[in-house]
Parts: sequence; structure tokens; C-alpha cells
Amino acid sequence: MLNGTEDEEKWLAEGIAGIQHNAFYMHRALDSNNLREALKYSAQMLSELRTSKLSPHKYYELYMRAFNELKRLELFFKDDSKHDVSVVDLYELVQHAGNILPRLYLLCTVGSIYIKSKEAPAKEVLKDLVEMCRGVQHPIRGLFLRSYLAQISRDKLPDIGSEYEGSVDSYDSDMVLSSSSDADTVMDAVDFVLQNFTEMNKLWVRMQHQLKPSIAISGLQGPGGVREKREKDRSELQDLVGKNLHVLSQIEGVDLEMYKETVLPRVLEQVVNCKDDLAQYYLMDCIIQVFPDEYHLQTLERLLGACPQLQPTVDAKTVLSRLMDRLSNYAASGADVLPEFLQVEAFSKLSNAIGKVIQAQVDMPAVGAITLYVSLLTFTLRVHPDRLDHVDQVLGACVKKLSNIPKLEDSRAMKQVVALLSAPLEKYNDIVTALTLSNYPRVMDHLDIGTNKLMAMVIIQSIMKNNSCISTADKVEVLFELIKGLIKDIDGADVDELDEEDFKEEQNSVARLIHMLYNDEPEEMLKIICIVRKHTMVGGPKRLPFTVSSLVFSALRLLRQLQGQEGDIVGEEASMTPNKIFQLLTQIIESLSAVPSPELALRLYLQCAESARFLMKQAANGCDIEHVAYEFFTQAFVLYEEEIADSKAQVTAIHLIIGTLQRMNVFGYSARLLKKADQCRAVYACSHLFWVDDQDGIKDGERVLLCLKRALRIANAAQQMANVARGSGGPVSLFVEILNKYIYFFEKGNKQITSSAIQGLIELINTEMQSDSTNSDSVADAFIASTLRYIQFQKQKGGVVGEKFESVKL
Amino acid sequence: MVLVLALGDLHIPHRAADLPPKFKSMLEVQDYLKTLCPDLHITRGEYDEDTRYPETKTLTIGQFKLGLCHGHQVIPWGDLDSLAMLQRQLDVDILVTGHTHQFTAYKHEGGVVINPGSATGAYSSITYDVNPSFVLMDIDGLRVVVYVYELIDGEVKVDKIDFKKTPATTHSAH
Repeated sequence: MLNGTEDEEKWLAEGIAGIQHNAFYMHRALDSNNLREALKYSAQMLSELRTSKLSPHKYYELYMRAFNELKRLELFFKDDSKHDVSVVDLYELVQHAGNILPRLYLLCTVGSIYIKSKEAPAKEVLKDLVEMCRGVQHPIRGLFLRSYLAQISRDKLPDIGSEYEGSVDSYDSDMVLSSSSDADTVMDAVDFVLQNFTEMNKLWVRMQHQLKPSIAISGLQGPGGVREKREKDRSELQDLVGKNLHVLSQIEGVDLEMYKETVLPRVLEQVVNCKDDLAQYYLMDCIIQVFPDEYHLQTLERLLGACPQLQPTVDAKTVLSRLMDRLSNYAASGADVLPEFLQVEAFSKLSNAIGKVIQAQVDMPAVGAITLYVSLLTFTLRVHPDRLDHVDQVLGACVKKLSNIPKLEDSRAMKQVVALLSAPLEKYNDIVTALTLSNYPRVMDHLDIGTNKLMAMVIIQSIMKNNSCISTADKVEVLFELIKGLIKDIDGADVDELDEEDFKEEQNSVARLIHMLYNDEPEEMLKIICIVRKHTMVGGPKRLPFTVSSLVFSALRLLRQLQGQEGDIVGEEASMTPNKIFQLLTQIIESLSAVPSPELALRLYLQCAESARFLMKQAANGCDIEHVAYEFFTQAFVLYEEEIADSKAQVTAIHLIIGTLQRMNVFGYSARLLKKADQCRAVYACSHLFWVDDQDGIKDGERVLLCLKRALRIANAAQQMANVARGSGGPVSLFVEILNKYIYFFEKGNKQITSSAIQGLIELINTEMQSDSTNSDSVADAFIASTLRYIQFQKQKGGVVGEKFESVKL
Repeated sequence: MVLVLALGDLHIPHRAADLPPKFKSMLEVQDYLKTLCPDLHITRGEYDEDTRYPETKTLTIGQFKLGLCHGHQVIPWGDLDSLAMLQRQLDVDILVTGHTHQFTAYKHEGGVVINPGSATGAYSSITYDVNPSFVLMDIDGLRVVVYVYELIDGEVKVDKIDFKKTPATTHSAH
């Protein structure tokens, strides 16, 4: 038993053989100018097209063979010297063929010559042909026959400027077809194509009801398979039908007026009435693609009016989206077309149509509706970038749709919502604009937690990318409402699913964002800071370390702003005193105790202390601020004493404390450091607290020396401990470091530091190094070498410094 | 020839949102350099909780020995003579430090002490007017050219400092 495909191949081969066989005899007849025989064999050849066994694809193959043969026949008909029969007679003669299908193919072939001969008005011949073709009602056979008619008549339509237009007077009285008195017009051409289109569409639609699956043994396939096959067969034929619309669009005489009054209404009538989803979708798309943009714009109402009338299963959203895409591109093509959009109120028409389609198609999934809104938004952003109310309106419509859905779970729909929210950001490159859209946060509320965060990140990234500054407290408030998914835990969020890396990235973004919230006016800036504080303080211990430091530095900057303007600010603005800001700072930093994060808090307190010091230098009420600075220091010390346990952290902390103190010229924690070497370094660093190289800086040489001597004692102790513990020398490099400090203060002119002390230290180091030559330390070696080289360098330089080093022997 | 890019004191996100756009576009061009040379060296800043970065680091590039240190450990902060001690301690030709958010470059006893400043122009309690800046060093044989990029009132200014090393500077015997 043969399967379906093999059967079909067999039938096709038989058909081709039949065509070839008859074509052979037809050629012989043509060569011998035998019209009678030519008609006989061509009719027999064309009879092969009467088969019902082939699928559209195979039928097309057969049709093309016959089509090529008909071209030769046409040449023969055209040349009346070969057969001595007038075209009028020929037109009669071919109608004697026995079967209807061959007869109509032959009639069309002669008809085209008839029109060309101009012995009858084109419109009469065309009308006759298109009517006669009604005789074939089998879908596939009819479609191909009419396709043949469309093909041979294409270049013979009475279009404006064509040779077939309006030449009524030339016909003589004995023509076969009775002519009306009217001249041929483009209207006749349009009528003809529209009629052929309508008939073809009917055949095509009917195919789904009539067409037996071309495969005989359909029992092998389920009913679904049969239907699928049929749809596939049909879609293979769609371009035959669509070709007519293409022809219409090519007719010169179809101007906007005719398109509006005749073409579009009749095409749409057919589209709507056929009630076939495949045809409706294909033809709507075809209309949109083949006719010019400005026609669409001028007939928007009618075109859109058809959309809600389509079958509920038609993918109307894709049709509408494509229309909007086309119009968006048209709008982008030049500013001169934009007034046209305004004049026809394109936006409100599209907006209405979308609303109606969504309403009519109850089963349309959320993703479909939102996709439509994305297209509409894209459209309005292109056409009316200045109309923010349009943007908000689209977002509002989307909110309405979303609020009817209990929970948006479709990830594709979610993606579309993100696209919807991203579009205005991309268009305006400015979040500030989006912040004025009242529906924007309402759309965001419909996102799931993950997507909400994602969108919040998109917003922050947009701000970063465009370097947009958010400068009013109101907008900051709206912004934090938008990104609240990042700012605090949202109910229902699965905390366990948090990815550590993602979380860090998110919080870093928020911290960076805080620096983009800025206003030159201290009053407004303070409001901004208070709003940020209000929102970030509820972020919980995991978020605080990220946000607090940004907020602190933001407030410290405000302090400087205030300071810059201090002259202008009079006492009446009591809300804005530095003290008030320091209070705020204290509260902000204190929130870190919940984390806890003493190391960060310590650093921030020190920053505040130093800022207070600066203010103190300038402000009239220096005493108050000194008190504040002292308070911040106290806080830092308390943290150091009670909270910081890690030895490494202690080292850094003590460096920062000493470094800050050194700069402050105002106020011995080093002794409690765990390691001797660390103690030693901290102590010699303290020496700088007593020697500040400013004009009016403190210069207490004696206490410097005390510090250095103490450092030496600790270094000695470290050395002894190392001896006991490891039986070898300890870190010589500590001595070298101290030597360098001696040199430093020696050069600065501290009288307490003498050249002999330096000499002694060098000798001590040399002894230490020699005693421990087995265990040489290359780092220390290089250090002492470069230090000695430096002394040598200074000696050679001469002058005051050179003299000082004169007595030091190397 | 080796190019060394020195970026410091970014303080993102604590004190600054991002690099200035002008720097960013310049550095994006240099992203391609990064693909040629992924050799990145980082030392620990005072706000870095991550302890994996060392306090100091030395590396040799061509005939130069470079030392890196954030600088909060060197008191008084930004003090040249104190930094010189660190330079001697690390035994380096070029010492790169930061912390003060102020660009400086000194030739000092046969070496160079460079502070590239803050690439983001971050807040500093030490300086009020922080101009964003960074440094690009072109090391070629015994010569190093230090290019300073500084953003002043929205304009990028480039300065150039030339330094030549005498061959025996660091490797002379005791």
C-alpha cells in the first residue's frame, strides 16, 4: 500500500506526463499553423488541471507547466498571419471547447490578446472574463484559474495614463461585445480587480469547508492532523489572493480619494464578511503592508473600525501592532508628516481601537493587551513626544487592564510591562520626566517582587547613565516610592532566595543613587536628606551599611554648602543650623549599631569630627562646635574601646584616629594594641600629634622625643620576645622605621633630636644586623640601605641640611 | 613601553555615584587596554571591609619598582617626608598613594611620589575643592612620563611630568 505522499507523487507524475504528451502534439500543430489541432490538444492538455487529487503545492507545479505552454499558444494566437482568424472570431471559437476549465483558460488567453488588439473596450472583456470564471467553483482549480486571469490582465488594465484608458471611439460597430457608451476608466480596472479578489477570497475561505484532505488515507491522521494539514494547504495559497491587493496598490489611478471611497470599504467588507480567521488575519496584514502610510493615516477610523469586527480568534493585536509600527516609522521619517497625525487625531483613534479590541476579545491573554499598549506607547513617544498626558493615559489603561487580573504570572507579560515602563525612560533619557507620570508607580505595583526590583534597577541605571540630578524633595519622594522594592523588605518576598551578589549590587546602586539627589539650596537639600533618611532607615540591618555612609557624606556636603553661604544666612533660619545637621548625622550613624557595624561607624564619626573642626575654625560660635567635635570623637573612641576586637581592624582604626587627631590640633590609645610591632608603630605615629608643621601648629619637641623613645622601648621588647620565642632576632625593620622618624624630626629642626642619637641608632641597627647575619631579612636590608643612602644624599647636598648631617658617620 | 593607569580614592558608593562622564568616556577607550593587560593591583582603602587586599604592595614594571599604599596609614596624611619614609621602607622608585584626594607628584631623592587624587572627585575632609583626577604613567626603559588628567570646571586638563632614573639608584651596594 502506498502512503499519501507517494500517491501524490504518482498523481503529479501522471499529470505532468499528460501535459507533456498533449503539449507535444500542440507544438506540432502550432508549427504547421493548424489552429484546429492546436485548440484540440491545448484543451486536452489543460484538462490535466481538472484533477482534485493534488495538494496546492503539487497543483502549483502542474499549473506552472501548463502556464508555460500557454505562453507559446498565446504567441501563436497573436500572430493572425498564421491562422487567418480575427481575434473576435477566435474569442468565439475557443468557447467551443468541451470542458469548462480548459475553455476558460483558453478564453482568458485569447481575452488578453483581444484587449491588446483594442477591438473591444478593455473593461468589457475584463468584465466578461471575470464573470465567466464563476463557472469554476472548485476552490483550488478556481483560485488558480483566477490567478491566471489576474496574471494575464495585469498589464492591460485601463489605468490612468495606460493605453487602455478611455478609447471608446475607436471601436467599430460589429464587435462581439456590446459596449456601453462610457469610456474605460480606472474605476473599471478597480472594479475588475476587486471582483476577482472577492471571488478568490470566497473560494479560498470555502476551501476549509469543502476541500477533502488531498491525502486519501486520512485515517492515519487524527482529526487535528487533518485540520492542521488543511490550514497549511490554505496558507500556501494566501499569496494568490493577496496578489490582487498588491495589484490594486500598483494602479496609478487609485488615489487617496478612490482608496477611501471604493477600495478600502470593499476590501474590508469582504474581510469582515468572510468570517474566516486565517483570511482575516492575512488580509488585514496585507492591507497594512501594501498600501501607503498616508492612506492608512487618512482612513484610520475605517481601518480600525474593522478590527473589533474580526473573529475573536484573529490575532488582532499583531495586526494593530504592525499598523502602529508602520505609522511610528512613518512619523519618524520626517517632521513634515507630523501635522498630518495631529490633524486626524491618530493617537485617540488608535487608543480607542485598542480599547475596543481588548474589550471585544475577552479571552485575549494579558501579554497580548500589554503588547498593544507597548506599541501604542512607542507610537505616541515617536509622534507626540511632548504629550506626557498621552503617555500617562496609556499607562493608565494598562493599570486598568492589570487590575482585572488577580496576579500577573505570565513571564512574557511581565517582560512587556517592563518594556512599557522602560520606553519613556529611554525616550526622555530623564527619569525626572517619568516621575511626573501619575500612573507610572501604579503600573509598577503590578509587577512581581523580582520584576519590580529589576525595574527599580533599570530606573537607577537610567539616572546614572544620563547623570540626571533629582533636585526636589517631592521628586525624591516619588522616586523612593518607585524603587521601594530595593529599599525595604516587601511582604511576601522570599528572603532565602536572595542572591548575595545581586543584593550587594542592588544596594550599591541605591548608595550611588543617593549622590544623584542634590540641590544647591540648603533648605531643599535638607528636605531631600530627611526624605532619604526616612526611607532608608527602615531598610534593616543588611541594607544600612550601604546606605548610611552615602547619606552621611550627603549631609556633610550640605554642611559645606551651608558654610559657603553662612554670611547670607541670618539667625532666623533656625532650622538650618550646623548643630541641627550634626544631630541628624549622629542619629544616622547611630542606626548602624543595629547592624552592628562599629568599624564603619567609627570612620563616619571621625569624618564628622573633622568636619566640625573645620567649621570651628571659621564659625563665630566655635565653642559649641568644639563640643560637637569632641562628642564625635568620644563616640569613635567608645566604639574603638568596646566594639572593635579584631587586631587588624584595630590597627586601621588607630591610624585613622591618630591621623584625624594630628590634623585637628586639638586633643594614648596605642598601648593596648595587641602586637608589639603595631604598638610601636602607633606610638611613633603619635609623635606627629605633637609636631604640626603649620605656621601656628604645635611644636612640642620634648613630647615627640618621648614618643620615639617609647617606640624604641617597645621595639626592644619586641626584639627580646622574638629572641625568647624563636631564638632569633626580631624585626630590625622597626628600628629602621624609628630611625626614619628621628631623621624626619631632625630635619624639621626639633632640637631634642640630636645627630648623636641618630648615630647611636644607626650603630644599634648595624649591630643587630650583624649579630643575626644568618637570618638576614632582605626587606630590612634594602630599607636600611636606602635610608643610609638618603643620609649620604643629604650630606652631599651640602647647605644647611648637609651641615646638620655632617657629624653623622656612616 | 608600558602604560600604568593609577586610579584612586573612588569611594563609590559611599561618597560618589560614579566617575565623571568625561573621564568615563576616556577610560572606556582604555577598556581595550585592560583587555590587553588585565594586570590589576589593589591595596586596601580605609573603607574597604574586604581584608583580602594588602595594606601595601610592590611590583616591578620594566626597570622601575613601584610601591602602592592607600596612605591613611602614613601620618601625617599626605606629608611628603613621611611618605618618603614609606618609599624607603618599600625600597621603590615610584610610590603611589592616595587618601588626600589631591593630586600631587614630587620628584624625591631619585624617586617619585605620586598621588593620583580621587578619580570621582569624592568628598574629602582634608580638601574642600576636590577636582577629579587620575594618572597614566608611561614607563619606557629608564624614563617615565606621568600624565595627569584633571577635571577642572568641566574641562579635562592634561599635564605631563617627565622623570628619568639613573641606573644605579636603587641597586647600589650598601
